[in-house]
Amino acid sequence: MNLRKASMSAAAALALALTATACGGDSDSGSDGDSLTIGIKFDQPGLGLKTPDGKYEGFDVDVATYIAKEMGVKAGDITWKEAPSADRENLISNGDVDFIAATYSITPERKEKVSFAGPYLMAHQDLLVRKDDDSVGSEKALRDSKLKLCSVTGSTSAQNVKKDVAPKADLLEYGGYSECLTGLENKAVDALTTDDSILAGYAAQKAHQGKFKLAGLSLSDEPYGVGIKKGDTKLQKQINDAITKMVDDGSWKKAADKHFGPANYEYDDAPKITETS
Amino acid sequence: MFDFLDQYDLWDAFWVTIKLTIYSGIGSLIWGTVLAAMRVSPVPVMRAFGTTYINTVRNTPLTVIMVATSLGLFQTMQIELGGGDSSETGFRLAVLALIAYHACFVCESLRSGINTVPVGQAEAARALGLSFFQVLTLIVLPQAFRSVVAPLANVLIALTKNTTVAAAIGVTEAAALMSTMVENESDVILLVFAVFAFGFICLTLPVGLLLGWVSKRVAVKR
Repeated sequence: MNLRKASMSAAAALALALTATACGGDSDSGSDGDSLTIGIKFDQPGLGLKTPDGKYEGFDVDVATYIAKEMGVKAGDITWKEAPSADRENLISNGDVDFIAATYSITPERKEKVSFAGPYLMAHQDLLVRKDDDSVGSEKALRDSKLKLCSVTGSTSAQNVKKDVAPKADLLEYGGYSECLTGLENKAVDALTTDDSILAGYAAQKAHQGKFKLAGLSLSDEPYGVGIKKGDTKLQKQINDAITKMVDDGSWKKAADKHFGPANYEYDDAPKITETS
Repeated sequence: MFDFLDQYDLWDAFWVTIKLTIYSGIGSLIWGTVLAAMRVSPVPVMRAFGTTYINTVRNTPLTVIMVATSLGLFQTMQIELGGGDSSETGFRLAVLALIAYHACFVCESLRSGINTVPVGQAEAARALGLSFFQVLTLIVLPQAFRSVVAPLANVLIALTKNTTVAAAIGVTEAAALMSTMVENESDVILLVFAVFAFGFICLTLPVGLLLGWVSKRVAVKR
């Protein structure tokens, strides 16, 4: 019994040590003026997508490129790095990236580990339904509905659905949004739910154009910010200034129209900068 | 340090993991035995089926099988396996996928066990007039099972950990809860991983120790 206890705790200690070493790495970042490493999503059409020919496109990419330009870095000198949701905080605190623009909602928990600049986009949780389907009514009707909804396992949107948006609905959770789209097309699910900006990106994809539409509900507020190292107020100010300038000179609207336009997504106006340390 | 765990039902999630493991463990043991019987049977068609099935399914990633059952069977062909709502259907489909996949490994372990039974025994049984089925169930398989307890324990441990793949089709087991916690508790992300790693160690370590002991007890001394 003693041996078993000892081996159990040894195994636990080993597991801890293994996970802890994964976040080592040195940190020699900072904006040195001639090159930047920026974290984006590689798999989110309309926001951050790596195309098969190795280019990067999307609204997040455009915003990040503009910020880099304002910091004196040419588009060619940017190194793009994939920032999956679970890794974002560690990428920043390890110094693997200079900043992150990857559908990164500003939340109190995240502010424990990183700082934010922006926000640069105000997204809302919404539903994506088939073009000819009008069964989704108001927010209130949704609360009592028994619709079949689909979202990504563990995401904030999925949790919202279970807690307050539609607790009676039959929620199906998949590893990615693309799987949900198959079900939506085959009428196995009634709606796909997450941030409207992400939904718009999928609806605007060539393969899906004209098949789906946004229901136009605002079920939550998701202010997308730029994640930076905690307490880096100098970088925060630089980025905030860049975002303000991008909105003022019209590039913001141009980028939004380019990426969200094909989906008829009525995006909110550029939000006010709230993250001023 | 661990107070963030209060708002989550860890036990609930791990209970689903345990249920997945038990159902698919039993299922793959049965289906794997049938496959092994096919592979050593005197009927060429059955041997061919067994070989083809194993070489196809064993070499397909589990995630692909899992997502294929959900997208193909459920979403496209609307087969619900009597599940009713999507979470119950997802659970049953996950069990189906896990059985289909792990039966291959059960079958191959068992076949190696069959090879440990001296050919003379099967020949003697045949000479006594036993049919193939009788030779298999009375003479060969009882001895084969006793010699493959340890390899089967390996399969069971792998199966326990592979249940996490079911999160990809929305079964609310441990890995799905982990994604939720990773999303909400990004400030203690390494702690979250450690908690789940520890949870799986608690599940697999006793199984390994117990079956290791059993395998020594029942091994056929030759």
